[in-house]
Amino acid sequence: MTTHAVHRGTRTSRTGVLLAIAVIIGLLSVPFWAGRADMRLIVEMAYFLALAQMWNLMAGYAGLVSIGQQAYVGIGGYALFALAIHADVPPLLALPLAGLIAALIAVPTAFVVFRLRGAYFAIGTWVAAEVFRLVLAQVTALGGGTGQSLPATIVRSIADSVDGRDRLIYFTGIALAVCATALVFLLLRSRHGLALTALRDAEGAAESLGVDRFRTQLWVYIVAALGTGMIGALIFLQKLRISPDAAFSVSDWTANVIFIVVIGGIGRIEGPIVGTLVFFALRALLADFGTWYMIVLGGVAVIVMLKAPQGLWGLVADRFGLDFFPVRRLVRSWERGPPARNDA
Amino acid sequence: MAPLLETRGLTAFYGDFQALFGIDVAIDRGETIAIIGANGAGKSTFLRVICGLLGAEPDRVRHRDEAIGGLPANRIVARGIAMVLEGRRLFASLSVEENLRMGADVGRKGPWSLERLYRLFPILAERRRASPATLSGGQQQMAAIGRALMTNPDVLLCDEVSLGLAPVVIRELYAALPAIRAEGTAIVVVEQDINQALQVADRVYCFMEGRVTLTGTPKALSREQIRAAYFGM
Amino acid sequence: MTAALDTVLQGTLLGGLYALFAAGLSLIFGIMRLVNIAHGDLIVLAAYVALVAVQASGIGPIESLVIVVPVMFAVGYGLQRGLLNSTLDRGILPPLLVTFGLSIIIQNALLEGFSADSRKLQAGALEIASLRLGPDLAVGWFPLLIFLTAVAVIAGLQVLLYRTRVGRAFRAVSDDPEAARLYGVDNRHLFALAMALALAVVSIAAVFLAVRTNFDPAVGPARLLFAFEAVIIGGLGSLWGTLAGGVILGVAQSVGAKIDPAWQLLAGHVAFLLVLVLRPRGLFPRAVD
Repeated sequence: MTTHAVHRGTRTSRTGVLLAIAVIIGLLSVPFWAGRADMRLIVEMAYFLALAQMWNLMAGYAGLVSIGQQAYVGIGGYALFALAIHADVPPLLALPLAGLIAALIAVPTAFVVFRLRGAYFAIGTWVAAEVFRLVLAQVTALGGGTGQSLPATIVRSIADSVDGRDRLIYFTGIALAVCATALVFLLLRSRHGLALTALRDAEGAAESLGVDRFRTQLWVYIVAALGTGMIGALIFLQKLRISPDAAFSVSDWTANVIFIVVIGGIGRIEGPIVGTLVFFALRALLADFGTWYMIVLGGVAVIVMLKAPQGLWGLVADRFGLDFFPVRRLVRSWERGPPARNDA
Repeated sequence: MAPLLETRGLTAFYGDFQALFGIDVAIDRGETIAIIGANGAGKSTFLRVICGLLGAEPDRVRHRDEAIGGLPANRIVARGIAMVLEGRRLFASLSVEENLRMGADVGRKGPWSLERLYRLFPILAERRRASPATLSGGQQQMAAIGRALMTNPDVLLCDEVSLGLAPVVIRELYAALPAIRAEGTAIVVVEQDINQALQVADRVYCFMEGRVTLTGTPKALSREQIRAAYFGM
Repeated sequence: MTAALDTVLQGTLLGGLYALFAAGLSLIFGIMRLVNIAHGDLIVLAAYVALVAVQASGIGPIESLVIVVPVMFAVGYGLQRGLLNSTLDRGILPPLLVTFGLSIIIQNALLEGFSADSRKLQAGALEIASLRLGPDLAVGWFPLLIFLTAVAVIAGLQVLLYRTRVGRAFRAVSDDPEAARLYGVDNRHLFALAMALALAVVSIAAVFLAVRTNFDPAVGPARLLFAFEAVIIGGLGSLWGTLAGGVILGVAQSVGAKIDPAWQLLAGHVAFLLVLVLRPRGLFPRAVD
């Protein structure tokens, strides 16, 4: 008789934990030796990584491809400004509240956009984000179409000195990126993780085996909105200025994020990390070429999607058998070969 | 002289899974052969390779003494090999007549026209404007066979045409066979119903696990031989 | 009363333009289940092709269609054959993300080639001529021309799909691509023809857009959303439904703009969301799915 056991812990996964701890310790030391510009750059990388983890959770695991996550970046940012300016909530406390508000708004939004499937869902979420942008442009108390800056008194309430503020924002950014990664990791290792991957790989079969597609996807959508909302709040806490066009920018908060995930490797936790590094490396390399940067980025993403749909990390990991975050018990949908039945 | 259609050492794969292991089958003009075998024996795979839906090495499939293995399906049908897919697979948003015209659109000249086909299956003339979904199973199968005949094939491949149909309907379908054969068309039927297959075929091939385990004329084969070839007992 | 009638009339005519945006999207989805995120950017690309044609040869914008339509037809054929065919049959991600990447590439390439300045094509007297319908009611000849063209294009596509041999092949491929191959249909060629046809329609929409309003490299996504909304409001798989969807969207925007100019787009989106909530399959879904 044969017995089977599902293993997820590997030697590389223990290496992965050690590596992650080392990187986090290294990052926490940055404020004590690096300059302002470096810190800002790392915060930016941190929030793109966090956004990418949230988008990957939806698209790579729950089968929800959204082109409208800028909705929750914008809502999070605006919630922060509204709470800080009109309700005197300390900005750092407003951060989680902004996430909650985004999650609350995600519930009714989901009931509308979930009526669309697949690619139509993607465009539907984009329409929803446009609606939020157009509505907020009408709210004069939040600056209307031109937007507004965070008043100096509130900025000073974060911390007295510029250095102090930078450090707080830096640590918050790192915390968000680590939490977003950990959240996806833990979620996928939980009971729900299996339901998610089952849905993505074989929706019909999963449903007939009792996985509730609607509820599972709804929860993922709401959790992603919560995370994205908090990240949005942090982004505009760092920028200190918000406007509808900046807050709900599809190219900044969704196109870039999609490229990061696709290039790094969709449906893998390491994917967004690798993608973020590649994204910022390309940006540094092509900084002087303006629009060519986006053309190259788009081109790389298209080529990766066609030639290596498992992403750059997928290429490396498959070649060397690496898996730092072992949560996968799965085959991805686009790797389906011809049907396994050979005869009828 | 070379047979009309012939496979030599034909193999087929689904990814890493090998489904056929060196199949030799030959069929002449006007001949009817039946392929029988259990589920998973490779019968449908064999037809799918010949009609171009699955790849093959060129020289493993020869038609009119030319290598056709691996040609795309749309070119193979233009050469005169038509396939009736399992499950009928009529075009749902086309009317019955439009489905038949899809066969004519392939552009091969020959004996089959709408008029001729409507004489063979008069019910299709009556239902020519109907949507295939409103036809009975037997009528759908007639339309599917008719659509294949409209390509004026010299080889007609039929995959499980009697599946799910009542015996009386099956008899009606097979009653059309002599008219098709009379045009010199070679017919390959894949059948689960062994009795039906033995009745109509000039020769029978029995497949098991991707190999031909038995071949001969229906008269020459004993029940015991067939059972052994079919089930490996 | 006349003012209300005027609003609805202008909105209806605007809907003709949206239906032209949407017809190509609808066609592509119907035939190969591909949702082309770059559709709006291809409209803008066609507008720039018209701009170049007009500037290089000195012909009028409407006449430039003689150049734009074949150019976009070729672009569509090449795009489908060279890139998009390989994204089909591989799940939802590849077509979606490849066309999304394409959208960003087209936008930035246009930005690189033509800068962010807004452009417009001049059609001279045609733009201002109007047809008087009553003491306080008039419609511009140009919006009327757009609407009538939309009706003609959709009628033409219907004839093509339901009365011709290639149309029969389009519908067969849409029903069952594998069975269609067994009837001599070269799917890759046919899909490329469908995209070419869609972009030929897009060219007409683009020239009208470019005469009607200013355009710049960034206006594509909004056009995609309008086209998408018209398709969903009308119901998937129905070209006449798409025309109706365009008209409903146009009227909603026109009414919104009447109340407050800032509400034009919002009113259109809200109409779309309402239809989505109340009639998820659209107002005129095709009976056979």
